[in-house]
Amino acid sequence: MEYFIQQLVNGITLGSIYGLIAIGYTMVYGIIGMINFAHGDIFMIGAFVALISFIIFGLTGVALPIILLLVLLIAMLFTACYGWTVEKLAYKPLRGSFRLAPLISALGMSIVLQNYVQVSQGARVKPMQPLFSGGLEFFKNSEFIVTVSYLQIFIVVLTIILMGIFTYLITKTDLGRAQRACEQDRTMTALLGINVDRTISITFIIGSSLASVAGMMFVLYYGVIDFYIGFLAGIKAFTAAVLGGIGSLPGAMLGGLLIGLIETFWAGYVSLEYKDVAAFSVLIVVLIFFPTGFLGKPDIEKV
Amino acid sequence: MEKQDIIKSFKDSLFTGLIALALFGPIVGLRTASKGEGLFITPQWGVVFLLVGLCILGRFLININSARRTEFKIFSTLSSKFSSITEDKAKHFAITGILFAVVFPFLPFTDRYFMDVAIMILTYIMLGWGLNIVVGLAGLLDLGYVAFYAVGAYSYALIATTFGWSFWICLPLAGLFAAFFGILLGFPVLRLRGDYLAIVTLGFGEIIRIILINWYEVTNGPDGITGIPRPSFFGLPFKRSPDEGEMSFHTFFGLEYSTMHRIIFLYYLILVLALITNYFTLKIRKLPVGRAWEALREDEIACKSLGVNPTNTKLTAFAIGAMFGGFAGSFFATRQAFISPESFTFIESAIIVAIVVLGGMGSQTGVVLASIFLIGITEIFRDLEQYRMIAFGGAMVLIMVFKPKGILANRKPTILMHGDKK
Repeated sequence: MEYFIQQLVNGITLGSIYGLIAIGYTMVYGIIGMINFAHGDIFMIGAFVALISFIIFGLTGVALPIILLLVLLIAMLFTACYGWTVEKLAYKPLRGSFRLAPLISALGMSIVLQNYVQVSQGARVKPMQPLFSGGLEFFKNSEFIVTVSYLQIFIVVLTIILMGIFTYLITKTDLGRAQRACEQDRTMTALLGINVDRTISITFIIGSSLASVAGMMFVLYYGVIDFYIGFLAGIKAFTAAVLGGIGSLPGAMLGGLLIGLIETFWAGYVSLEYKDVAAFSVLIVVLIFFPTGFLGKPDIEKV
Repeated sequence: MEKQDIIKSFKDSLFTGLIALALFGPIVGLRTASKGEGLFITPQWGVVFLLVGLCILGRFLININSARRTEFKIFSTLSSKFSSITEDKAKHFAITGILFAVVFPFLPFTDRYFMDVAIMILTYIMLGWGLNIVVGLAGLLDLGYVAFYAVGAYSYALIATTFGWSFWICLPLAGLFAAFFGILLGFPVLRLRGDYLAIVTLGFGEIIRIILINWYEVTNGPDGITGIPRPSFFGLPFKRSPDEGEMSFHTFFGLEYSTMHRIIFLYYLILVLALITNYFTLKIRKLPVGRAWEALREDEIACKSLGVNPTNTKLTAFAIGAMFGGFAGSFFATRQAFISPESFTFIESAIIVAIVVLGGMGSQTGVVLASIFLIGITEIFRDLEQYRMIAFGGAMVLIMVFKPKGILANRKPTILMHGDKK
């Protein structure tokens, strides 16, 4: 039982990270209908920016909460620049072209970003000293002590705060309304005087900023990153987005949590080596029974 | 040009510079390096300023160019050249291409390096043609094609090392195994729509790779399988000193021993395999099942209402595509004599899909051009080891941006109503 709770806590933490990346996938898919393959690498760049700023601020000796806030903002800002540029260079010229073209362009962009970071930052793994230590302990009398580290609490709380802000942004503001309108019908939205190009750019900026937060969490949580982390995390986050129903924002978060939980429980109870297989197998099974994911809208085929 | 325009494009270039600074500043400018315990930062501002300067200059030139309303000359001439390749010309091209491929090993400048590159390009051409059945004809985006390549390679390696059977027995078996895996995967997932299918096949590719890494008893894990038998020339091995009472290739034909014999044989082997794939595809396109694939690609609902079973039809495409992937895999295994899961990563799938799409989906000649172009690019950048994949990815983006339908975008349906010629 205690072991189960421990895995649950770990799974929710991991799930928060996946969920934040998944939102970027699902938003982009919702608005321009493409799989943004480079999104995983945007997450990786976010992790690198966060790591670099942690090192810089670590030398100044500022208090931890201020460092965290600064790193968060810096990572979001710089990573958003990457998301924006990638969209402008590789996807915008392809709008309205046939379905596979942006996908291939995204694949190319993903290869470019990965190797660009490999060249500029080196291929070795980058370890970072842990910033957080300690945590809360539960079930002290039993054999297995459940530890909830402060870092895990930080990750989950930060995710909840960001989700709150994000939901407000999408449901209550003009920007969110424009974004949702573009998702439904881009031509009509343009006719109503909304700058569709700008809305799409902003979608990429929001998605990239959330991914960069996930990157920062990844650095803190695992303490080791390299230029290749974006690939697997990206695929799993996409799996999460599909699982929750692609195009659905709460679905992305739900899918992220599910993938996080499946992965941790599989690693904890079944086998560690095959934990990545678990996520993909679940995806295949889910898609057979719920072809549009858990919270996705049923797709009506028209002639 | 107006003075205003220049000022405007100058401002725009400065903005580009600002963005470039934000992009390159942290990632290029602050290089992390581990020294002793922990990481330290080595600034590289020189490189950043160079990059930012290049961006500003490039943007400025593009702005001035577009103000004059002139296009990029290179791209427009190139694309008009390629677009003008018609069916007939493509046929001429194909015949000259095949002739060139046949005489290639005996050309005076052909050395070991050229042969290796040529074999690699031909392997990718074969994979591209195999995947073209799935992506180009049936319109199913398969991002895990490398899984079938891996299944072919591993089944060939395992059968050949365990039973010691010859290449010509193992090759069809490996193809069958791969086709079987194609059906195994295809059965549950082929009902899914395009993008879902893409991600599931990608997941399948990863599953196969993870199993190959972890299933020590059979696949020997990350260490891979060594000592895979080399192919023989109809029973004549390519050995310097054949065993007692055995003939080897050079003694049988009375030639001086040379390692090139084996390479040339491998070259013709993959050439024949690739041409078989091509011939098969061209023929099957004219059969009912091939027509059903193309029809499904164009309109699935119409097909359903005409009584075509989409799942079975897609499944045949998937299985046949997988089979050719398996053949190519066996060739890879026998050529390398060593395989490990490292050779079957997602990037391989991405390269093969890129070859098919960049060539112009469904175009057989396009696959050839795209393979030569993409593999050629990585070879040109070979000395700059680190930068070759950047060049590769960049080429993918550029081709898509300037020629979104691929290099040869004049694919026509195999049949047209009333002999309609557009």
